[in-house]
Amino acid sequence: MQLFTMFISAMLINNIILSKFLGMCPFMGVSTRLENAVGMGVAVIFVIFGASVLSWFLYYYVLVPLHLEYMELICFILLIAAFVQFVEMFIKKNSPGLYKQLGIYLPLITTNCAVLYVAQDNITQGYNLLETMVNSVAVPAGFMLMLCIFACIRERLQGNDVPKAFEGNPIAFIIAAIMAVAFTSLSGLV
Amino acid sequence: MSETKVKDNFFTRLLTDNPVFGLYLGICSTLAITTNINNAIGMGVAVTVVLTLSNILVSAVRNITPDDIHIPVYIVIIATLVTIVGMVMQAYTPALYSALGAFIDLIVVNCIILGRAEAFASMNPIGPSARDGLSMGFSYTLSLLAMSLIRQLFGTGIISLSNPFTNTEIFAVRLIPEGFEIPMFTSQVGAFLTFACLAAAISAYKNHQSAKAEGVK
Repeated sequence: MQLFTMFISAMLINNIILSKFLGMCPFMGVSTRLENAVGMGVAVIFVIFGASVLSWFLYYYVLVPLHLEYMELICFILLIAAFVQFVEMFIKKNSPGLYKQLGIYLPLITTNCAVLYVAQDNITQGYNLLETMVNSVAVPAGFMLMLCIFACIRERLQGNDVPKAFEGNPIAFIIAAIMAVAFTSLSGLV
Repeated sequence: MSETKVKDNFFTRLLTDNPVFGLYLGICSTLAITTNINNAIGMGVAVTVVLTLSNILVSAVRNITPDDIHIPVYIVIIATLVTIVGMVMQAYTPALYSALGAFIDLIVVNCIILGRAEAFASMNPIGPSARDGLSMGFSYTLSLLAMSLIRQLFGTGIISLSNPFTNTEIFAVRLIPEGFEIPMFTSQVGAFLTFACLAAAISAYKNHQSAKAEGVK
């Protein structure tokens, strides 16, 4: 039950985009079409889950015994970069179809600040392995949800008459502001 | 380069090529930490320091880095610098460090820094790279300052600044009478709205400039 509460709160209430402002670059860049949003969302869930669990093992089984906690940042970012590269190579070799769909999103994920944030957050909150796993599925699930809703809105926005200065990204930020209002009201859920 | 050209260049940098509102780089930290002026200046200075030093180092190793692994090399350089800056801030400005929280570490994945390393420092000598880092960092800091001024003014009605080393207030002026402030501006909603309006203002300025350029032709 506690894990479920944690899942809901990480996914909806402390949504990574609307309340923590992380992963804005893919949020703005890939949210123009629903297909792309789904592809990116799935890739992000996979990478965040894998990278967070690996970082958890790296931290508690390598860095802590060696008293190298201050190397956390350097180790995590290298681990994430290597993991993304590895996943890309693995998918390319074993499933060319999937690679065609997800391939272009994978390199973008290394610079997604959400990945590094989730890996570090699991450590600073002192989560155990199970909690780490739940948290690292819930956060990117919230990211994907947001990305899909946003893509749907932007698809409908395309034919509309927007003031010239607001065309493109500025109007997208206005939409994000309105969505943030809506999601604030979910805070009473847990 | 003549005096006016330098000045011209500076303003173009600041307005049309603004890393935050023009190129949409480093948005995450811009939205998250601009609730007050202190945080904005602290973050701006931290990013400027990291950006300048990383540009210098990347430019210094640009000829001996194998092409295949240049990104990991740059990331290690940047992560090392961020760790150092984080430790220095934790020691000398603990209040600022705890206010900025995870965003100090997240400077590593700030697109501006890797972007400048890749697009400028890896192809240019040390001097110009350092200058590029400083000017990019400066316009990033000014963008943060603009956001935080608006958000703090409308959100709390007070403009204040404090000394990060001793955590004492330097000055605080109430510009909007009590009860008339709009707390929404300090929340997430205000961050998105302020950002949208500033980005629209920059884009309106750009449209105006290009319309003027066409008129001249």
